[in-house]
Amino acid sequence: MADAHHHSPSEHSDWPDRIHAVFKKYNVRQVGHVPDTGHTRLIALCAQDNEIKDVVLTSEAEGPGLVLGATLGGERAALLMQSSGVGNCVNTFSVLQNCAAPVVLVVTMRGEFNDFNPWQRPMGKMTEETLKLCGFHVYRVDEEKDVEPVLAAACDMAFGGNFQVAVLLSQRMINRMPGAH
Amino acid sequence: MLDRRDFVARLLRDRGDLMVLTGLGTATFDVASQGDNPLNFYIWSGMGCTAMVGLGLALARPDRRVTVITGDGDVLMALGSLATIAAKQPKNLSIVCIDNAVYAATGMQPTATGAGCDLAATARSCGFTHVEAPSDPADADKLRPLLHSGDGPLFIHLRVGTQKHERIIPTRDGLGMKQRFLQASGKPSMF
Repeated sequence: MADAHHHSPSEHSDWPDRIHAVFKKYNVRQVGHVPDTGHTRLIALCAQDNEIKDVVLTSEAEGPGLVLGATLGGERAALLMQSSGVGNCVNTFSVLQNCAAPVVLVVTMRGEFNDFNPWQRPMGKMTEETLKLCGFHVYRVDEEKDVEPVLAAACDMAFGGNFQVAVLLSQRMINRMPGAH
Repeated sequence: MLDRRDFVARLLRDRGDLMVLTGLGTATFDVASQGDNPLNFYIWSGMGCTAMVGLGLALARPDRRVTVITGDGDVLMALGSLATIAAKQPKNLSIVCIDNAVYAATGMQPTATGAGCDLAATARSCGFTHVEAPSDPADADKLRPLLHSGDGPLFIHLRVGTQKHERIIPTRDGLGMKQRFLQASGKPSMF
């Protein structure tokens, strides 16, 4: 996979399909999301899936509440957001720790590599530490080949032990198109 | 002006297997005053998230009825979630917003509803198909059946006075509440 060429744009890669397949394997039934270019295909796959209830959030801060509700209803949930959204959730993440509500949080990174918008840098830089302070176990994926095993490990940990687990997808891997946001 | 505790008591009469989620603050004390129940879930942090917990639960349990009872401060903190919820049109979800126009738990500071924000109109414009704004205590008897069989999403806007009531503080054990809630709702093993 690693080569001297630029990675192909995300819409030509199949990592979103592989994340969707892991969600299916682990019986994830609710997916809350705030759009991001990097999540476009994964959001579409979840929206088209009759077994997954996808919820478009007006703010990422709504996501942890959705997850707690899903948990109380006996369903597994995941959240998709970009790194800026993590900052919006700091207080509401607390309900997940307080109730041992499991979640897999898939974060597309902004502001770390060739982002057209440098103002994304501050939140991008503090995303991982913020998540750790909020009680998350954090994995990071830099290579496409690692997407599936890391997502599966995240699901195992989250749903096996009622933990909050985040997977950060590196901006270089996503290969954000110039001008995208 | 309605009396919040009296109205909540009337709404929860003969509640059966109704699932009840309460928001941070006085709404929790109102619900707890009617007795603890394993199908009550009191939310003690993440102010603003209560309605969304209701959505997640309503989506996960289409076979059951879910009622969120919370205050204007909690709803105002996440107004966008009304749009999020309305977009999903959960038939089995009701939100009861107890609006006293102040943050009662922190010293009666005014909220935006006292300055003109109409939460019933907000819910309607967000897409709630059924909005009620009762003004008479007896209206609770007409609204109660809607919590059990009405076509949601339902938003009940209660404009209440600022009468003082006893603080009835229920359990704050999130893990314990989760376990008993799952047990009582027929999902003893979580997944």
